[in-house]
Amino acid sequence: MKRREFLTIPARSLGGSLLYTLAGDPVILQGQDGTVRVPLRFFTEAEALIVAAASERILPRDEAGPGASDAGVVLYIDRQLAGPYGRDRRRYIKPPFMASFPEHGYQGKESPREIYRAGLAQLAGFASLSNAEQDAKLRAIEKSLFFQLLRTHTVEGFLCDPMHGGNAGLIGWQLVGYPGPLMSHRDEIDKNLGQPWRRQPKSLSDILGRPVKGWEEVDL
Amino acid sequence: MVSGGTGSMRVPVSVFNNGDGVTRLVAALSLRLWRLFYRMPSGAARRLVPRASGVSQAGLIPDAGIIEPVVKRLKPVDVVIVGGGWSGLVMAKELVTRTALSVAVLERGPARKLAEYAAGMDEVDYNIRLRMMQDISEETVTHRHSTAAAAVPVRQYGSFNPGTGVGGAGEHWGGVSYRFDEHQFTMASHLRERYPAKALPENLAVQDWGVTYHDLEPFYWKAEQMMGVGGKAGNLNGKIVEGGNIFEAPRSHEYPNPPHKTNYLMAEFTRGASELGYHPYPVPAATLTENYTNPDGVSRPACAYCGFCSRYGCMIGAKAQPSNTLMPILAPKKNFQLRPLCWVRRIVHRNGRAEGVVYSGPNGEEILQPARIVVLASWTLNNTRLLMLSGIGERYDPATGKGTLGKNLTHQVCVGLQVFFDKPLNSFMGAGGLGMAIGDFEGEEKLEGGVLRGGGIRSQSSGDGPISAFGRIPPGEVQSGWGSEWKKAALRWYDRMGSMMFEGDHFAYRQNYMDLDPVYKDKFGDPLVRMTLDWTDHERSQEQFFVKMPPQQNLWVAGGSGRQPRL
Repeated sequence: MKRREFLTIPARSLGGSLLYTLAGDPVILQGQDGTVRVPLRFFTEAEALIVAAASERILPRDEAGPGASDAGVVLYIDRQLAGPYGRDRRRYIKPPFMASFPEHGYQGKESPREIYRAGLAQLAGFASLSNAEQDAKLRAIEKSLFFQLLRTHTVEGFLCDPMHGGNAGLIGWQLVGYPGPLMSHRDEIDKNLGQPWRRQPKSLSDILGRPVKGWEEVDL
Repeated sequence: MVSGGTGSMRVPVSVFNNGDGVTRLVAALSLRLWRLFYRMPSGAARRLVPRASGVSQAGLIPDAGIIEPVVKRLKPVDVVIVGGGWSGLVMAKELVTRTALSVAVLERGPARKLAEYAAGMDEVDYNIRLRMMQDISEETVTHRHSTAAAAVPVRQYGSFNPGTGVGGAGEHWGGVSYRFDEHQFTMASHLRERYPAKALPENLAVQDWGVTYHDLEPFYWKAEQMMGVGGKAGNLNGKIVEGGNIFEAPRSHEYPNPPHKTNYLMAEFTRGASELGYHPYPVPAATLTENYTNPDGVSRPACAYCGFCSRYGCMIGAKAQPSNTLMPILAPKKNFQLRPLCWVRRIVHRNGRAEGVVYSGPNGEEILQPARIVVLASWTLNNTRLLMLSGIGERYDPATGKGTLGKNLTHQVCVGLQVFFDKPLNSFMGAGGLGMAIGDFEGEEKLEGGVLRGGGIRSQSSGDGPISAFGRIPPGEVQSGWGSEWKKAALRWYDRMGSMMFEGDHFAYRQNYMDLDPVYKDKFGDPLVRMTLDWTDHERSQEQFFVKMPPQQNLWVAGGSGRQPRL
């Protein structure tokens, strides 16, 4: 049996995240100080540290605001890869696999899990490099499918509903000015034209007043 | 027999017992209708071993094998409808409310409940992972550009998203509710009248429909009332009405509901289009603009512009969805049955008459449902495939032009244009059909460059989630697609991009068609449908026409709010 891997991260990266107790009861964690050890579902701890470091270079914390690590992007990616998406539950994966035109989309055999595992193997030691060295490493692989997935997933994990493990404390939504999945904009759709309509964001669980599970939790 | 190198597979065989002790077994696996006859005790179910293996010349046949699990035979119904989307449920409603016929609708996807849609207001699961769509791992389509190439399967969704579940794609659609124009029903005659033969594209295979716009107008009106479409008529019984689409075919009535509210993007589109002398009109939408009760007595609330519309189910039922528009009428009817998770695999037929269907039930059991009438309502691709798998009809052969099944496959010619604005658009608000359009290029008068048919140009505010909206940056702003500079540009341009779309007619050509794929199979081992389709010079000229005409590019720029567009 695989040894359970944990990732130690700042507790604020879990603000608003939905976790499950061993009994399967959902618990919404609130942001706090200190660090916590989070059980990983797919990555090893070493892999998770690489993903955390690389996603932080893709979407860094800078003078414009928080970055991927603040939002807990690595937890989002870990859960997506552990769920139906990561193992290609919803992709047509019957052979033969043949190269084709770009308009036919990805035709490869490898699942996102396999692409990550192979891609991360190429980045051993990445987490301990300097920022400039990390950028150079990523620049060298930026055309690869692995990097394209990592970049896409970093944005997803930064701006997803926190039910998926990212966007901790709704930090991504606060940064861009997205109010969350509010039930109605009927009173404002035709007003304030050309002016930003901004509110303190709310997650779907906040709005519905009950925990909502992502697909990765219900179709394992 | 082994074909395709995929090893042994179960053969899908349809069994029909006609009640006189003779059981007829249709193994509709071949290019030609292929029939085997067996004798078995009436009503008995048992394992069958087909004894023959008539492989076609094209090698399209799954391996002969053993049928299991055992076929279960149900009591006959009058009508069985394949597919529980708009088409199937509209047909069911007409039948069960106007006749005493017993109707069973078989839908391969799950049941849907309005109450479950609120928990689906999530961009990752629904807009990105496409949770409402057909499970593409079980069945997809293959595509090739010409008969000279090998087809590959569509492995993840791209340009079209087939729905599943009760309501079908009618649950996740955006509600944009257009009618065809008059010429689209008589396109072959129209083109011949308008253009010399040498101006028409090579291999053009367009035919007239055989029904006209005027034949169908009363039914368009009926459907629009049922859905509660909101809009503004531009041609009422031949009288041109400013503010509507003045280029549209005559309507017998004004829309059942008024147009949607007007947001910033729509206001700017209207301003720019008007300044350029075009005729902007509100996109007709089946997302209710006001609280509404339709002629069937079904009430639905007005759209809340929440922005979770296309690719989502509407959580308040403002969007016309079969589940909230037709099911309230159908559900109480005693002569109506709806069976979700039932995947129809063969039509059983004899002497040119359909006698029922065989389907895979919720637990994978093979079930025979006899019926006097079989209605196919499972979308063009699946209807065609089901007919081919069942050995019904004459399959189209592009070499000879003979046969009709699978012939004249068409798509749509869509070209998108993005325009960046200095001001925020609040694009997270919206509705699938919220937008403005112009019809000035729908006819032929303003066309150039060998374009025979134009199309509509419209802009919609369907509701952008933050993930989709992040990273839309004007070309040339930043070098990299990641890192701090990119992040700052993405933040600077967040919520600043509007899009416009040209949607033009795609003609039917002799070389574009559907047949069964010789290699790729669905989860049962049945061949997938194969699309052979490529763009021609005409579609490329349509694209260039939209791209290059400065007035169209500059709708918003003319209005003063937009920057230079990009494709």
